[in-house]
Order: sequence, then structure tokens, then C-alpha cells
Amino acid sequence: MLRYITTFICLFFAFSAMAQSPVPARAQSKPICITAATAHLGNGQVIDNALIAFENDKLTRVEAYQQGADFRNYEVVDAKGKHVYPGFIATNTTLGLVEIGAVRATNDNAETGTLNPSARSIIAYNTDSEVTPTVRSQGVLLAQITPQGGLVSGSSSVVQLDAWNWEDAAYATDIGLHLNWPARLSFSFFTGESTRNERYEQQIRDIEQLMEEAAAYARQGQPAVKNLKLEAMRGLFNKETKLYVSVNGARDITQAVLLGKKYGVSVVIVGGRDSWMLTDLLKENNVSVILGRTHSLPGRDDDDVDQPFKTPAMLHQAGVLFCISNDGFWQQRNLAFQAGHAVGYGLPYEAALSAITLNAAKILGIDKRAGTLENGKDATLFISEGDALDMRTSKVSCAFIQGRDIDLDNKQKVLYRKFKEKYSR
Amino acid sequence: MKKALLLLLALSSWLTTSFAQVTFPQNGVYDEREGLYAFTNATVFTSYNQKIEGATLLIRDGKVEAVGKDVAIPKEAVQIDLKGKFIYPSFIDLYSDYGMPEMPAERPRTGGGGGFGNQQMLSSKQGAYMWNEALKSEYNAHENFKVNDKAAKPLRDVGFGAVLAHRMDGISRGAGTLVTLTDKREHEVILREKAAHLLSFNKGTSTQSYPSSLTGGIALLRQTYHDGQWYAGQSSEVNISLKAWNDLQSLPQFFEVRNQQEAQRALRLGKEFGKTYIIKGVGDEYQRLDELKATGASFILPLNFPEAYDVEDPYDALQINLSQMKHWELAPTNPGRLAAAGVNFAFTANGLKKTEEFFGQLRKAIENGLTEEQALKALTYTPAQLVGAYDRLGSLEKGKIANFIITNGSVFAKDAKIYHNWVQGKAFVIKDLDAPDWIGAYAFKVGDTDYRLLVKGKNESPEMSIAVNDTTSIKIKHQYSNGQITMSFEPDKSKQRVRLSGVVEGRNWKGRGQDATGKWINWSATYTGPADEKKEDKKPDSAKKEQAPGPVLYPFGPYGREKLPTQATYLIRNATVWTNEKDGILKNADVLIENGKISKVGAKLSAANAITIDGTGKHVTPGIIDEHSHIAISRGVNEGTQESSAEVRMGDVIDSEDISIYRQLSGGVTASQLLHGSANPIGGQSAMIKLRWGYNAEALKVQGADGFIKFALGENVKQSSSSSSTRFPQTRMGVEQVYEDYFTRAREYGKLKASGKPYRKDLDLETILEILDKKRFITCHSYVQSEINMLMKVAERFGFRINTFTHILEGYKVADIMAKHGVGGSSFSDWWAYKYEVYEAIPYNGALMHEEGVTVAFNSDDDEMARRLNQEAAKAVLFGGVSEEEALKFVTLNPAKLLHLDQRMGSLKTGKDGDVVLWSDHPLSVYAKAEKTFIDGILFFDRDEDLQLRDAIAKERSRLIQKMIEAKQGGQATQPASGRMSSRHYNCDDVDDEMTEE
Repeated sequence: MLRYITTFICLFFAFSAMAQSPVPARAQSKPICITAATAHLGNGQVIDNALIAFENDKLTRVEAYQQGADFRNYEVVDAKGKHVYPGFIATNTTLGLVEIGAVRATNDNAETGTLNPSARSIIAYNTDSEVTPTVRSQGVLLAQITPQGGLVSGSSSVVQLDAWNWEDAAYATDIGLHLNWPARLSFSFFTGESTRNERYEQQIRDIEQLMEEAAAYARQGQPAVKNLKLEAMRGLFNKETKLYVSVNGARDITQAVLLGKKYGVSVVIVGGRDSWMLTDLLKENNVSVILGRTHSLPGRDDDDVDQPFKTPAMLHQAGVLFCISNDGFWQQRNLAFQAGHAVGYGLPYEAALSAITLNAAKILGIDKRAGTLENGKDATLFISEGDALDMRTSKVSCAFIQGRDIDLDNKQKVLYRKFKEKYSR
Repeated sequence: MKKALLLLLALSSWLTTSFAQVTFPQNGVYDEREGLYAFTNATVFTSYNQKIEGATLLIRDGKVEAVGKDVAIPKEAVQIDLKGKFIYPSFIDLYSDYGMPEMPAERPRTGGGGGFGNQQMLSSKQGAYMWNEALKSEYNAHENFKVNDKAAKPLRDVGFGAVLAHRMDGISRGAGTLVTLTDKREHEVILREKAAHLLSFNKGTSTQSYPSSLTGGIALLRQTYHDGQWYAGQSSEVNISLKAWNDLQSLPQFFEVRNQQEAQRALRLGKEFGKTYIIKGVGDEYQRLDELKATGASFILPLNFPEAYDVEDPYDALQINLSQMKHWELAPTNPGRLAAAGVNFAFTANGLKKTEEFFGQLRKAIENGLTEEQALKALTYTPAQLVGAYDRLGSLEKGKIANFIITNGSVFAKDAKIYHNWVQGKAFVIKDLDAPDWIGAYAFKVGDTDYRLLVKGKNESPEMSIAVNDTTSIKIKHQYSNGQITMSFEPDKSKQRVRLSGVVEGRNWKGRGQDATGKWINWSATYTGPADEKKEDKKPDSAKKEQAPGPVLYPFGPYGREKLPTQATYLIRNATVWTNEKDGILKNADVLIENGKISKVGAKLSAANAITIDGTGKHVTPGIIDEHSHIAISRGVNEGTQESSAEVRMGDVIDSEDISIYRQLSGGVTASQLLHGSANPIGGQSAMIKLRWGYNAEALKVQGADGFIKFALGENVKQSSSSSSTRFPQTRMGVEQVYEDYFTRAREYGKLKASGKPYRKDLDLETILEILDKKRFITCHSYVQSEINMLMKVAERFGFRINTFTHILEGYKVADIMAKHGVGGSSFSDWWAYKYEVYEAIPYNGALMHEEGVTVAFNSDDDEMARRLNQEAAKAVLFGGVSEEEALKFVTLNPAKLLHLDQRMGSLKTGKDGDVVLWSDHPLSVYAKAEKTFIDGILFFDRDEDLQLRDAIAKERSRLIQKMIEAKQGGQATQPASGRMSSRHYNCDDVDDEMTEE
């Protein structure tokens, strides 16, 4: 018979009024297997009664569970009736860069100036943020920490969400540059009308010139004079890094795709409100999309009322590589529901899951290690009591990052217990 | 003879009326003449609906002496034969800044709704004037009026003879003055010094912060009406502006608005004080014609119909939404529609890019349903009546001012020409009345060269050329005036011109000139016979027939309908029914909606004539109620320029056309409380609406609902995000004092009111007094426990209770105190970390408050989140384990309770309002979609119908885009497609100044 060792699941700290973010977990010391769960692999496949085993941080067995199998060396987690998912991946987020939105001193997301290709988000990533634990307790275990502001904001890095410092957290560093496509129209709150952005042409010229000169710079191995900004762009031209372009309008998306083509750069569209209009163009040019929130309003009064809800399904149908993202930092705990909402509008369930796991991993270039439950990949996964894409049933009971059993407590749970205590007296 | 007449006409421009005594000394010999003229054989429009052919118009001293068929012409009258010509009363423009001084240059503006920048609390105008700079009642246009012939000419050229001039600055713009467009001294040109009071919803050059919103502007006017009444009966204060305000009340009241909804708002405000404003509209009145007609108001309409958008590029076309496209098509039908509906209106030339476009635009209106008689009425009779000057203007009758135009025929015809515009008996010549009868061919001898000269076209504007052979001709430039002609042409390709000047006498012309080499020569032209004009190939009468314009939609734009949906009997069968009553969640149950109410809930119901809906596998819930919403609000959600804006009412500024209404119906929302923002401690009065998409703003309101008011605490009201703000308060300590102070003063005010002594009605304190009297209830924006506790204590000291804390993210810390106080909490499910005061916010807040016995709701404060409040309710289950049944109440029954509407809404109980949602799935699931949303038994959203509406939008857009491209190709002017594609969405801390012109 199986031995049920569940004591390590879902560690609850003894009551403590101190709002300290949880201590990072110890490295995996023993093989672990999760049995009898419904496993959603992230690549579209589902194993109803699954066995998931991992050892030394890596997944070793992902298969149908055979009753009576021998797991003497394993810690066994019985997950009957529960669901196992690969850790969700939050793309395009300021998690760890912003602690409190309106408190400037806690904001490290946007450097001053318009062209900051050399700015690196990874070094500002705060592993001690009180926000991060609230996000990972909803199944988000990896995140692309992304700078904002200006035309070129800097480079993003992928982190895992259980670390002592940013070096520990770093999962893939400086994976791409972030470009904010200039707006053609500027919306006036006074008139409720959009007017032409007078600086648009100049801004486009600035971008073109930067790309042109960076490409030239990249052609020389040892430049006589080192230019930090151009140096930071070198990776774009040998496709070591990608150009993430925040852009929403159809015409601007087209421009961004053409820019990538012109300079031989891998472009990822971020936001991509109108991407559903351009699926052929995106596919032909191998351009992927980090879609903005599903929970957003249509861009135009005349649009279908559910356009943002069904855009993911339309991209899926057309075969465009896309993932689903959420705005902001604390909001990342609702990432799964952005995917879940799209299911109601035609996106197949497992494709919705891929949109926050495998597809995100592919776009970020970490799919060899993350994004699915497959042998050899990092054991970054979690167990949910129910369907994790639906807020009605989602309940993360334990989570592992690279095999480490992480503490799912957070500041908010601490406060909850504190005031539960108050009212029980 | 003709020359003599011309000379006389020229002289007449010096005429003054005879024997008029003026205060000015004369330098030289007096030259007073009677100005006695007889215009004979004319077709005279004595009024807009009366035409006399072969009539004589006799004028003297700038007035009409007689008009008719049998007018005896005095011997001494100058006679002008107008055979074949028409005379009309000249036009009157009631919306003009003619003769007004240039507006002061824009001064830098101070902070808007509050919190940002330095606020200017009081008027910068020194002296005993109104506290608010936007009220310029003391401004008298006539005192600043200057005759400006340069500005008058374009108006005269299109037939205007008199205007109501005013300075277009401020909410009260003071008195307008009625003047003519002649070039005499101001003393004679001004017909009535103070002819009207002009108002608007724009504060103009005022740099004062208040009002920064439309709702504040309306409140300011309302208070000023009360202040005027108070001022009349008091002696403690001298106020030049209020005195002027009171004096202005007996005049016609003109009100400028930005759109038809503002017209409705202005007229509602006016009604409170017995005023029916004359609305200066923008030409979109057809969009709510029935509502506007019902007010009985008159309108001044511009003729600036929008140009087609340049939509050849499909992406550009995306920038333009359906309402803009449809308005382009329907705007020219507006005057015709108003006329047909019997709405009284006048036209203005104001708003035209160029005044000379006037007739072209007017003809557009005529092509689109306006009759010529209606057009003439709107230019003569109606404006004269509206400004109370029909005894002097607007028709040609004995004793009226001799303001008239002479035309070549119907003034509305395509080739219409105005020859003269006579103003106060003085002629302004636009075109010579006596163009020579000169069409024909001439033997043209220039020096020693013989040419054949051809004069073609019309006598008033002939084309002249030299025939070289059958196909080639040389164009002659020419100018004719008072019998003299100037011509020039290039005899060969040398580009050297022959220049001639001479006299035209009948059909013999002759004169002197210089040939291409500069040599002086003689020339002559002698008529030889008709020019053999080739018949121009007339284009076949516009090959394509003009498409009939599309329908008016309610609301006017995407997802609007041609007909408003109405009540029916609906029976939803075999669904899972969330009653929110003792019965709990019923499986396989039916819901019957009849006469707008829930009629029955139970198993196996039946009803004759009911529309049956199969609910198998689906769920039915009461409609979602959003306790905290800022949708459907026009021009500003905050009047945060003062610490209290209790006088402002969101109900004044409901925007029934906001697309958010439809979008939220698609998320199962049926009712929303529209709240003032959170910029100041005491905000404005809330409005409770149901999302009756298509109905007008008044019809959205929930009748009989209790009045609420928004309060706010914390970072917003203490303006934490501004380093330069000076408005009180800046700390939570100060916030308490605002309340303590206002409630204390309101109590004193109440005592004064009750004492029977005269008092100034103060709408701010009046509202606060309602709170003390438990007739109005507080919804307070709040975050941290200290401030929450504080406000409850203030309320307790003043003997009332706070009704609802909204946001209330630290409610969980004081839930026990809240329960004891009896206040409810309307919160976000899980928001936090966006500012310091929400750093201790937790998603378990709702559950903890609920467990302590607080009535808990989840609200949106967000146009996007509002359409998935069911999902937010689910988070009360996720975080804190509230039961699903109770969680759904967080967005249905509980907000109804907090709004005192639970007797009518919030559960499925016999007799309650038929506000019902049919869901595709479990209503707390992320996968659930609202399939049908009923309000009062009316199906306002239906997912099947929605698909049809989308289809209709696509078709209508496509039709209009084609039509605009045709218009562009047909040579019509276009405007770039850079307009609005999405409406403004408000959050509670939006504080921009919305009361200024862009």
C-alpha cells in the first residue's frame, strides 16, 4: 500500500503577526511523486489518473498512474480528485519592480529618458516583495520582469519566484529589449477625442536610426569606442535576444513586424489588441504575441462587445503563437483567470492553459526547461484542488519550483489569520 | 439713366436719416436726406410665408413706409425697377460675437478637479462681483460693442442684416445686444442694448478651479438662481453681478450647449426655475427629437454639417465610430426633421469655417427635407420672435426697419445671387444690380488687329474670350464696375498681356489701352450677333440617385436600436434558479416575468402568451447591481475643487449614450449607482440608474430611490499625489475637521431654516442637512481602519449612521465596530498594493466582514470589471470560503440592501422588479456568460440579438464608408479620420478640468 506523506504539503506557519515574506524553500532532498491527479501537461495533453515524479529538480516520470506501483523511495502526494499544472508564467510584468503603485520610492519600473536599451530589470528585481508570495500562491511560479517607459525601456529577464536575491531568482537573463511603439493618436481627456501625435514621425525616425546604428555597431566585433546602449542591442541581430514591441493598433503592429523583417530581428508583439486582424502577417513572419489582458474593454465603441474575450481563440484558430498576460504586478495572481475567461469564448481549455505555460515559455525562450510537465524539464508545478483557470474552483494546495516545495503563505494570509484571531476572542 | 441710378446708390452710402437729431457735432455742412426709395416690380417676401409679385417696396428714413401692389410712389422717391428680382427681409443671426472685443488670451489654468496643481479658490476679478469668475452677468455686450465693417461684410454678403452679439465667455455671459450690420455709429446701430441673457456650460477664460465638471457647472447655476432670489430681498451685501443677474432674468435666455444631451440637461435645469432656454445647439437634435420637442424649447442651429471623413484607408476608417459616420449622413436632415416635428428654430452662421459657405450648407438642409419656407422662417421670423424684436425685424411691414436683400430669384436656388443688402435703409452693394445685357459676339478691334470677341454665360458673371478658330480661344480676364470695363489677355504665347480699359455703352464698347509692347492703342467692340454657344453636354441628372440615409438609432451609435425594446411576458423553464430568498437555489425551476415584475418562481409554471425560454443546463439569477460605478457620466466625475461639493448631482449629467451601458448589460448588470469621484471629503450626490439601454437619461433613473451622497477619505482627499496642492485638508486630521465643521454648520443652517427668518438657500449645506435629517445617505470611499472608525464616530456624534463604506479595504480590521454601527461594506474582491493605503488590503476582507455580520457587496469602480462582477463574487468563495449562495448576494441582494432597494431588486421573489439574468453556466464560474439580461421585464441584452446588431453595425459602416468615399471622389471636402474611436471611461480619481473649451 502507499504511504501517504502529506505533512509537508501546504505548510502553514504558526500564527505570527509579522508580515515577513516566506523563507525560500530548501532544495529538493528526496524524490517526490504525485499520484492520481488529473495532470494538465501544458502542451495540450491531459492524463486523467496521472503519476508525476521528480527528483533533483527535474521531472522524471509523467505517465498514467498504475495502482499498486512501488514508491518506496519517494515522498508520495496523493492528489486524487485534484489537478496538477505546470507553473504558470507571467509575461510582461513589473512584479518585484513595483511594490506600491502610487509610492514613487517603491517604483523601479521605468527609467527616465526615451532610449534605455542598456537598462536591466533583473538587478532591480526585489525578491523580498510582499506581493510575490500572493502571486505564486495562485500558481504563478515564473515571471518575465519587464521594464517600462520611454521608447526603449530596457531588457527583461525571467525569474523564478522563490529566491533569496535576484541572482538566485534569475532563470533567463536579458532575454529581450522592450520597445513601446509610439502612438499615432493622442487621446485628449478634455475633449474625449484623439488627435494626431505631432511627434510620431520623429519618434519613428529615432527608432529607425537606433536600429540602423545598432545593426552597424553589431557588425564590428570590437568597437573602437564602446557604446553601452548599442552594445545592449547586439543580441537582437544574432537573434540571441528578441525585440518585444508593445503595440496595439493594426497599422502599428504591421509596422513593428516590418521593422523586425528589415533588421532581421525576432519581434514579439506585446499587447496586440488588433492582432486578430493580422494573423496571416504574423504567421508568415514568425511573429508571436504576448496578448494583453483578456479582461479588457474593446478598443473601439463599434467593436464586438466580447472582442478581447475572443481574441485568444481567434489567434489559436489561426495558428499564431501567442500567450496571455495580465497587466501590472499584484494583478498577476489573476493570470489564470485571463486564460480561463477566454475558454468561455471559444479557446479550448488545454490551449488556454498553454497560453500561460508552454506558449509563454516558447516566446521567452525557456521552453526546454519550463512550460510543460515533461520528463527532463524543471519540476516547476503545482497542485490545485480544482480547475485552476476558474476562480470558482481554483485552490492551490502546494507548489514546487525546480523541485523545491515552496511556502505558499503570504502577507495577506497572515493578516487574515491575525484578524480571524481577533474575532475569535 | 442707369448710370444715374448707380451714382445715387453710391451716394446713398453716405445717407443719414433725415432730420434725425444726433449728439455729435458736424464738421461742415449738414447733409440730411430722407432716403426715400421705391423698389418697383419686384417679387417681395413681406414675410416668410407671404409673397407679393409685382410689388413696390417704399422705404424712408431707414424704415419701411409701404409695401404692396398698389403703393403710391411719391414723386421725390428714387425709383429702382426690380423687374424679375426678389426682395426678402434680411436675415437675423442670434448667435454672434460680431463687434465684440477680442477675447483675452488664455491664461495658464490652475488645477482642475482637485489634488493637482495650485487651485484658485476665488475669482481673480477684483471688486464687488460674483465669487465665481465664470459668472459674468455684469458684462454688457453693448458697452463693449464696436461697429466692425470688416466683420460685418461677410455676414451681409450672405444676407444678414442684424445680429444678437455677445461675448462668448463664461457660464453666464451677461447681456447680449441686438445690432444691425450697417456701418453707422454704434449709437444708431444698436437696436436694443440688453436684448438677451446668454449662458453656457463652459467657464471660458475663468481661471478659477470651480467648477471643473459639468455637474459642478450645473450646480453653480442652480445656486446662482437661488442667490439671485435671496439677493433681491436682502440688504447686507452689494453684489454687482447678482444685481445684473436679476436684471437679466426678464430677458430672453439663450443657452449654448455641446450636444443634444446637454440641451436636455440645460432645459431640465431651466424648468426648475421657470425658464425655457433658447438652446444654441450643435445640430444633433434629431438624435433625441421627441425628448427635445416635449420641452417646448426653441433652438438656434448652426449649419456646419460635418465633412465626410477620409476613410479610404481601412485602418483609418477604424478610428471613426458609427455614431460619427451616421451623424455625417444625418446632420443635414436635422433642420428638416425639427421643422417637420414642429420644433421652433433659427439658423446661425456661427460655426461655419467660412461664412460664404452659408448658402451651400443651407441648400444641403433643403435638399434633406427642409422647405424653403421653413428655411426663410428660420432666418427671419423665428429669430426676430426669439429675441423679442419682431416689431422691428423679421418681415417687411410698415414701420419696420428697412433691412432687406435684393436677389435674382429665389434666394435658396443654386444660382442665387444677392445684389444688395440694405441695412437700416442703407444699401450695401454686393453685385451690381444692372449688369449690362452683353451676352453675344462682338467685332473686337484692338489697335490694328481684328478679333472676334465672345461674351458667354450670364449677364452677372460672363465669360469672355477671343475666338481664334473653332476649337481654340484666348481667355480674357475682365472686371466691370459702374460702366467701366478692364480687360487683359495674351494675344500669343509670349506671355505678354494686352491691357485695355474702356466704357461699355449698350453694345458698343470702346477705350484705350496698351498692347503687349506697351504701346498705347485705341480699341472697340461692336455687337455683331449672338455668340454661337455650343450646347454644353449637361451631365445626366446625377447618374446615381442619392441613397436614402440610414435610420436614427437609440442610442445614436453602435448597438443602438431603431425601436426601443418593450416589456413582454417571459417564462424561463427548467433552469437552476438562484432566488436569494429562503428557497435558496432551486434546481429545474421556472421563472415567470410578467408586467415588468417577477410573477412566479417555482416548478412547472405556465402562462398564456409567455415567450418561453429553455433554461435547461442554465442558471437564472437576479440582475447584478453595481454599487460603485462611474459609467454613463458626462464631462467629469469629480467636482473636487472644494472640500465639499455636496451641491453637485450626478443625476444632472447622466450620459444615456455611453457604450458602457450595453457592455455591462452583456455582463448581467441591471442597475448601477453612479457616484461622484473621491477627490474631496464631501463629494456629490449619487444617481441610481437601471441600464435601460436606448432610453433617455431621465428614463434611466430609478424612480423613488433614496438619495445618496459620496464621501471620501484618505490619500485622494488629502491630495497625497500632489506636492503643490494647497486645498484643505492635507491630512486625515484635517479630513475629520471638514466633517465636524460641515455637520456643525449644517445643523446651524437647519435651525435658521426652521426659525422662519429669511435665509440664503445654500445647496451645499442643504444637502448635508438632509444627511442629518436621515433623508440622504452616505457612501464613503475609505481604506484604512483609523479613518473608517473616525467617520463612524463623527456620524454617531451627530446622531446618524454611515450607510456604506465603499472600497473599505481595511474593513476586516474593524468589522465588529462596523457591524455595531450598522454600516455596510462595498468592496473590491482582491485589489491591493496600488497605493500606500491599500498595502494592508486582503482578499479575505469580504469574507471577514461578512462573518462579522456586515452587509457586504463587491463593486467595480471600473467600466471593465463591471462586466464580470459575477467572477469577482466568486473570489469571496476562493478567499475566505463564503458559501456560493452568499457570494452571489455580494453582487445582487446585498448591494440592493445597501442602496435601500432590496424591496424591489436583488432577489427573485414575486412582485420584485423583473431584473433577471440567464447565464450559460454556473454564475460564479469564469466560463459563465450572461445570455439574456432583463430589466423590468424588458429584454435589454440578448446574445442572439447581439450578433444581429454586430452585423448591422458592420453593414451600416460599410455603406457609409462607401458613401463617404463617393463624396470625396465627387469633390467634397473631407476631414482626416482622427476622431474618437472609444468613449471616455472614468475612475473615481479622475480630476481633469472638463469645463473649458478644448
